Amino acid sequence: MASRRYSGLISALILLVLLLMLISMNLGSGPVSLIDLLHSADAAAVQLILVEIRLPRTLIAAIAGASFGICGAVMQGLLRNPLASPGLIGSSSGAALGAVLVLYLGLSQINWLLLPAGGMLGALVALVLVYLLAGRDASVVTIVLAGVAINALAISLVSLILNLAPSPYAVQEIVLWTLGSVSNLSLNDLWLLLLPTVLGWLLLIGTGRGLDLLTLGEDTAHSMGIDLFALRARLFVAVALCIGGAVSITGAIGFIGLVVPHLLRPLVHYQPGRLLPASALGGAAMLLAADIVVRLMPPGPEIKIGVLTAIVGAPFFLFLILKTRRWQI
Amino acid sequence: MLEIENLFVTLGAKPVVRAASMQVHQGELLGLLGPNGAGKSTLLRSILQLIPSSGMVTFEGHAVQTIPLQTRSRKMAYLAQQGPVNWPLSVERLVTLGRVPHLTSWQHLSSIDQKIVQRILHQTDLWHLRNRTVTTLSGGERTRALLGRALAVDAPLLLADEPVAALDPAHQLQIMHLLRQYSESDHAVVVVMHDLTLAARFCHRLALMHNGTVIAVGTARQVLTPEHLAAVYNIDARYGADDDFYVIPWREIRQLASTQ
Repeated sequence: MASRRYSGLISALILLVLLLMLISMNLGSGPVSLIDLLHSADAAAVQLILVEIRLPRTLIAAIAGASFGICGAVMQGLLRNPLASPGLIGSSSGAALGAVLVLYLGLSQINWLLLPAGGMLGALVALVLVYLLAGRDASVVTIVLAGVAINALAISLVSLILNLAPSPYAVQEIVLWTLGSVSNLSLNDLWLLLLPTVLGWLLLIGTGRGLDLLTLGEDTAHSMGIDLFALRARLFVAVALCIGGAVSITGAIGFIGLVVPHLLRPLVHYQPGRLLPASALGGAAMLLAADIVVRLMPPGPEIKIGVLTAIVGAPFFLFLILKTRRWQI
Repeated sequence: MLEIENLFVTLGAKPVVRAASMQVHQGELLGLLGPNGAGKSTLLRSILQLIPSSGMVTFEGHAVQTIPLQTRSRKMAYLAQQGPVNWPLSVERLVTLGRVPHLTSWQHLSSIDQKIVQRILHQTDLWHLRNRTVTTLSGGERTRALLGRALAVDAPLLLADEPVAALDPAHQLQIMHLLRQYSESDHAVVVVMHDLTLAARFCHRLALMHNGTVIAVGTARQVLTPEHLAAVYNIDARYGADDDFYVIPWREIRQLASTQ
């Protein structure tokens, strides 16, 4: 019966994502909707708007959101801490640093592939550094502390780059990018996002059991057949690919990886393995919804999606801390 | 079934297990005794390859480190001392986790697995609590749930680290009875414990550790001698035998200079 309830939840989330994608496709500055495709005088223009502008925006929001959601669930499961998120172990800020460095050096003008490559490399370097700092048999606390240190270092290096930026325009470009957005993205960006993301998702397949057993602590999980070193390495690479890919295309969009798994966890009866697919769908829904909200705002300077998720996410984070504290007392 | 020969474990710079040797046979409940810091938990963890060690540990004739991790996880179950449960799982889901070593990545629980889980929920007196979350249980119920998970592995060898330490007498008797029952159904159990009376009452054999070495292995009469108890625990005991031999720790022989 529990299994049927789980498939019910997954089906409901899939429907929600599809519905939000449909709304997203019909929403934009021009009065163009999907129906116009069928009977519009200017079919070519309509097709251009829908396929070249709205489709990438919609799909990128869904895919990046799914990555943020699933990676949040992965890190919370691996570190067995509801406050953990990809940001915690340095992958988000590492990705931001890699991408900002590419922007700063002007490399993105040489080849547009270099921006996501920089993001992925940054995320991977940050994760590997955390892993090396924490050591092979590291405890959760050591990994979190190493993550905090690498996070702080990456953020300070981003600030240093802003500090050294040659012109105010460069600063503006970098700052706007770091705020996070899914607007003005092309089909090229979509392909660029897909490759690392799909690789990352493939790596995550079959890791649910390991995360389930980690509930009982590392010693017990190992005694039940989980190779902790291999599991950690696999999850870290997967998170680096997903987060590096997503952050370099959309910029830093925080809090989805924190909030979504937390909201869905009771619905999957606290089973870390089952939380992964649910969080992917939940993340996609949340980023699509945030992007729809951003587009529904009154005209004026565009509110960046990363700003919106942070404004909503930060109070939620505080609420989580307070709730956890009450638990412990 | 399990043979430990000349085992050494060093944690940091400190030798914790020194030249420990003992054997565990099929069908027996072996009580591993010794003061705090004697190396009992470390010995269990090194048998499970959770920490590096030197010396020989063989299981069913094979060196333990050569047995693939997956196979080992079905052969040896481990109940950690006050093991954590990090998410508020239900009791039934917790016990079900014990079946995971028997499943491949995509396999779901078979009806046999489900029957085993149900049987264990009854045996551990958890059936009425199966839908409660582990975080809301009392100490005794939680220990039973964690033991249920370890029993669900149905491994030939169970290594249990102080499962009765925090329990009231009724639950202590219940858990010891369960462990004895499990061992007598063609399994073997090594149980780390401090309660000498319970150990003498329930265990087929006892192994006594002191300063990282197994200094005596045998029946309760052979191991819990006044000489051993004085040397290892610095205590006197009272003995008796109605039907069975029993022992009650009675008093310290001299004031301990420091507690270990």
